[in-house]
Amino acid sequence: MVMSLEAKYEEFWRQSIKQLNEVVKATGLPIAPDEKGQYSLWYDVREMRLRFSISVERIKRFFDGLREGKVYATKCRRCGRYYFPPQADCPYCRASDMDWVEVGGEGELLTYTVINTKPLTYSHYPDYVVAIARMREGFNVLAWLRVDDPKRVRVGMRVRLQVVRREPEGYLTYEFVPVEQ
Amino acid sequence: MAIGVEKMYESPTPTVVEFIGRAGNYFWEFENFGLTFPGYYALYMTAYMNRFGATEEDFCKVAVKNHYYGSINPKAQFYGLRITVDQCLKSRYVAWPIKLYDSSPITDGAAAVILASEDLARKITDTPVWIRSVGVATGTANLSKRPDFIGLDAAYQAAEQAFKRIGIEHKDTWKYFDVADVHDCFTIAEVMAYEDLGFVERGMGIQLVRNEQTYKGGLIPVNLDGGLKAKGHPIGATGTSMAVEMTKQLRQGVEPRDRQADIYTGWALAHNVGGTGHYAYVTIYSLDKNGSPRVKPKR
Repeated sequence: MVMSLEAKYEEFWRQSIKQLNEVVKATGLPIAPDEKGQYSLWYDVREMRLRFSISVERIKRFFDGLREGKVYATKCRRCGRYYFPPQADCPYCRASDMDWVEVGGEGELLTYTVINTKPLTYSHYPDYVVAIARMREGFNVLAWLRVDDPKRVRVGMRVRLQVVRREPEGYLTYEFVPVEQ
Repeated sequence: MAIGVEKMYESPTPTVVEFIGRAGNYFWEFENFGLTFPGYYALYMTAYMNRFGATEEDFCKVAVKNHYYGSINPKAQFYGLRITVDQCLKSRYVAWPIKLYDSSPITDGAAAVILASEDLARKITDTPVWIRSVGVATGTANLSKRPDFIGLDAAYQAAEQAFKRIGIEHKDTWKYFDVADVHDCFTIAEVMAYEDLGFVERGMGIQLVRNEQTYKGGLIPVNLDGGLKAKGHPIGATGTSMAVEMTKQLRQGVEPRDRQADIYTGWALAHNVGGTGHYAYVTIYSLDKNGSPRVKPKR
């Protein structure tokens, strides 16, 4: 079971700040070696916590879809082009005349990777497979591929999209699963 | 004076991976799927290996070459450090099939060049190097919107423009240039660059590697400074460092001589990529102020 990053973070920050305070108290300055132990760094005494907020107002339908267990693309009513990730405007027609269409059925795996060295905010997950598949409608989707053994993944294999809850954060997203042959 | 500078080395690796990962398509690729920069290029490497039968060993040969030249470049991060194919193959995966030794490092660095008008250039040097052509193009921010993963369209388009301006075809271009620096942030990136730049046809880049044709004395010597791979990749300084290297190469001022290319045509090319092909620049340098490049003599 993947543990939440938050508790680990809180503990990590608490320890770092405690150490920093001790260094300041002992030496009069917030200066300590870098992670590799080679060079001196000034550790910021002004903390900034940042989480982005991202406008999704014009593609709300996509997220409603996830709640219904569906993954939606948009399709321009004028030229018929599909958009995934979904977008509210068609740059070719310079119009905002879109149908929301469920991404149907299967796709074929174009390429994939296994992320072994993870970003800090992904450090609580086991290694994950990121894949790109060409869907039957002709557009590509990028998502995690759920497999027990990454060694069994092959370019060209059949996959389908499913809506899942990303744990431990508990939010809805989509991923690929192999289609049983 | 144009200066490029970057300081990254002292930052913890997970933090660097986080911030560079966030420089792709943020919401649909990072926030939800945690792609890293090695991960983006790994998607290309998997597709390339699958399409053209290239192996991890082939790509390690790029790393070995670039480390060889880096090891004799006193300004390189890995000065004095050669590697073997075996060491590379045994290094850990950072984003399968990309291994640690397929990757450029986290680097501090700086580079500077003097850009001058013709009049001023002639006053300060008797060997000016002319910027004969610049091509620039952009690619999609979202990787999944690209039709395939075996080359970078932005680099191809930038090369197309750059070649047009000097009157050469975008085909067998190895024969016009004495030397090139390409954006080998990962070994796969160097191989795709050979093809995007038209040195050889699509799928043949890996043959250049296998036959060691991008060493000094080969069809087209590439990254004789060690490349991003072994010279280092201080992101904001890398582009300028290529201009410095191409200038030194054309003026035959590279020390030690083991990494000085033989100069026949007096033309050199630099290829620089931003993001994962979100944009690309191809810059062509020459000792000639006018005319098109001649073809290199047969050896």
